[in-house]
Amino acid sequence: MEKDRIANRCHLLVVGGSAGSLDVIIQLLSGLRDDLPFPVVIVLHRRNDPDSMLSELFSAKTYHPVKEADEKEALLPGHIYIAPADYHLLIEKNKTLSLDFSEKVNYSRPSIDVTFETAAEAYGTGTVCLLLSGASSDGTDGLKAVKANGGTVIVQDPADAEVAYMPKQAIAGVTVDYIVNADQMAQLINSFSTS
Amino acid sequence: MIDDDEVDVLLNDLYETHGYDFNDYSRASLKRRINRLFILDKYPSFAEFRYKVKFDTSYLKRFVEEITVNVTEMFRDPAFYKTLRTEILPLLATYPLIRIWHAGCSTGEEVYSMAILLKEANLLHKSLLYATDNNPEVLQKGMEGIFPLAQMKQYSENYILSGGIKDFSGYYSAKYNRAKFDEELRKRVIFSTHNLVSDRSFNEFQLILCRNVLIYFEKDLQDKVFILFDQSLEKLGFLALGSKETLRFSAIAHKYKQHPKEKIWRKTA
Repeated sequence: MEKDRIANRCHLLVVGGSAGSLDVIIQLLSGLRDDLPFPVVIVLHRRNDPDSMLSELFSAKTYHPVKEADEKEALLPGHIYIAPADYHLLIEKNKTLSLDFSEKVNYSRPSIDVTFETAAEAYGTGTVCLLLSGASSDGTDGLKAVKANGGTVIVQDPADAEVAYMPKQAIAGVTVDYIVNADQMAQLINSFSTS
Repeated sequence: MIDDDEVDVLLNDLYETHGYDFNDYSRASLKRRINRLFILDKYPSFAEFRYKVKFDTSYLKRFVEEITVNVTEMFRDPAFYKTLRTEILPLLATYPLIRIWHAGCSTGEEVYSMAILLKEANLLHKSLLYATDNNPEVLQKGMEGIFPLAQMKQYSENYILSGGIKDFSGYYSAKYNRAKFDEELRKRVIFSTHNLVSDRSFNEFQLILCRNVLIYFEKDLQDKVFILFDQSLEKLGFLALGSKETLRFSAIAHKYKQHPKEKIWRKTA
């Protein structure tokens, strides 16, 4: 499902997911093209488990380097960064990552809104944010900021999502550019370029 | 919304008028917190917000407290505390007087956690804990040792995971919805203001803890603070950082050896 005009421009992809999004992310990562010209940041709600195996799990599904985000780390094209458990992940204007242990937002830390909002400010029109399945209202405010800064918003089709609430909230609150099923996501992202 | 130029104006006012230097703080987080406060306190315009910060000293207090992150927990990262308990404290036990610095301690939850570890190792009586923060308001809370009762369930679980075998509720008395920690725990604690950005080393320690403070600083300021810690640490002393912080890329890294699992470094040279 595509809208008419979209300059498929992407300098940074941020993916936000909550309940029911893990398999969707795995499917997306395994379908990304090898010469992906922009970084990918993943913010996933999960239990506060310091020994999270997420990066190992994702690494097994893609040739792209996957790692848990370190603070002050520079974002590199083709690299995949995961927000660490129990920190907010922020994008700085100098295209580095920073962490923040402030109050939970939407009962969540990491919060998807925090990363979407700071990404929108740092990357402007080059920001692409993708919101997936979930039972939270996290993400919608962040997507508003992405639109306000001229970025691109993609939301998983609620009918395709394991938990429809989060994408539904987004579609009700934001002018979404694309509404896609899990099996269309990689193809859409692969069509994006940095120019 | 407050934009980047307005953030610069505020930071400049803070420095010029009040001497607070936030210029080397990580900008995205700082800007988010300034905007959060601007919305929370319902300012109609940036001009009024700026006026308040510049001229109303009681509001300045609130501003500084709200734009810095003061969120902290007891026994956060229980595995870290377990390592302190089983590996680090036994080494410190050999000193006649153990000096510990909690830099950027906020409301003191980690200081009380440390005091509990020391008490259980029978070391509290010969320890001195310096708990510092640049914000006197949060230190006052730390001195009182009163924390929300609702958090005790989580803290108790953390305590057990850290290797604690006592009844955690024995360390505080519950009243209404608050938990007041045992006075004995803070007998060996000195709460004092200290600004990591502008103040110097004030003592030598065997253990410095500074967890989840440096994430708010830009790289250059981090390096400055590492040098301050290095000057404040005895040879063979330990430096403990937050779970996502590292000494690795700093100028003092070569003098330190990291614990195989935890964010604890030992000064070897």
